[in-house]
Amino acid sequence: MASSADGAKTASQYIEHHLQNHQACLGPEGVLWSTEANPIACSGNFWALNIDSMFWTVVLGVTFCALFLKVAKSMTLENPGKLQAFVEVVYDFVATSVRETFHGDSKLIAPLALTIVCWIFLMNLMDLVPVDLIPEIAILLGIPYMKVVPSTDVNITFGLSLSIFALILFYSFKNKGAGGFIVGELMMNPLNPKELGMPKVFWPFVMAFNFVLELVALLAKPLSLSLRLFGNMYAGELMFILIALLFGSILISAIGPVFGVIGVILHIAWAIFHILVVTLQAYIFMMLTIVYLSQAHESH
Amino acid sequence: MDINSTLLGQMIAFGLFVWFCKVFVWPLIMEVIEERQTMIADGLAAASKGSRALEEAEQERVVIVDAARGQAREIVDQANGRGTSIVDEARATAEAERERILASARAEVEQEVNRAREELRGQVGSIAIAGAEKIIAKEIDASAHKELLDNLAAQI
Repeated sequence: MASSADGAKTASQYIEHHLQNHQACLGPEGVLWSTEANPIACSGNFWALNIDSMFWTVVLGVTFCALFLKVAKSMTLENPGKLQAFVEVVYDFVATSVRETFHGDSKLIAPLALTIVCWIFLMNLMDLVPVDLIPEIAILLGIPYMKVVPSTDVNITFGLSLSIFALILFYSFKNKGAGGFIVGELMMNPLNPKELGMPKVFWPFVMAFNFVLELVALLAKPLSLSLRLFGNMYAGELMFILIALLFGSILISAIGPVFGVIGVILHIAWAIFHILVVTLQAYIFMMLTIVYLSQAHESH
Repeated sequence: MDINSTLLGQMIAFGLFVWFCKVFVWPLIMEVIEERQTMIADGLAAASKGSRALEEAEQERVVIVDAARGQAREIVDQANGRGTSIVDEARATAEAERERILASARAEVEQEVNRAREELRGQVGSIAIAGAEKIIAKEIDASAHKELLDNLAAQI
């Protein structure tokens, strides 16, 4: 339960504290940081950086890379150790998913999928760290705000999905050509005026209609990809916060201990359920990435 | 909650991590796993080759054992034939030998009898003469003659 020197926070303060990123931006007088007095000092400034999200996302990415590099460097052909077996299971899982779904020829997609599934899994896994643990430690270290789950930050999930969107566009143009992609894929679907036998006069209208539909479908890919991950993790995080808030605040009262026990049980129950969400969201993100990039490689 | 440059930071980080994974991690793991896959495939191929060779050897063994058995039977049959014929031959030889020995023995006996008879015949004259001398010496005595003649007769 959050507690500061001047006493207990109100419920909304507690929630707001948990949902506030620690930001830094360049103001007129040098670097501006989020402070307890002015948490939204950088609000509205595009060049603000969510220090906590950035920090954790890089730490987790480096963790993934370091772990896999360490294992990869010491891979043995025979008699693999437990860690190597684990890495191989993950590798095999990703490689199988890619092989079954992706029919193009790309050296990038498999390592991309591996990075995505491991990195997002680790980010989501931060949700299982007790909600108040790291923020309270951060306060002791003088950092007023600390959001530890990077995937509850839209910037992070959009950063992933927009990168993938860029890859989708890149591969679409590369494999289908500008005409093949824009005209063939975006304008001649789902209503194909040629196959429907329409007179040429109507073609531009049908193609414009198609283009609008297909453009929405195309843009929905990165949007749904990032918002699905963000929404799931944000909701999960919020559940932890609410459970902590509800049962933590009653702790002060006389019947506190009883509620405290219920709170712990609820926390455990939600955490166990959340393990499923954590894994599933990482998997879904990876699979959809493979599917989208596979579609970008297929020609009609 | 608002979009800010964290987005760009995340995109850069994403690119770097994917690049790192693609260049340093993935190929190393892939190399070992593919090597192991070929090793396992080779091992399995060798095993199936070995079991096929074993099967062939088994068939070959059956053929060889059958041939050897036939040969052995032939040899035994031959040996039995040889044995029978040898026994028959020996029996025939023995029979002939027996006949020969018997014949020679019989001839010898006859010869001996003849010789004895000849000898006896030769001696009859002298006995008769001796008897006649005795009869003459003793004169005529019926009873004495009779005894004498009986004696003579008994000597023949």
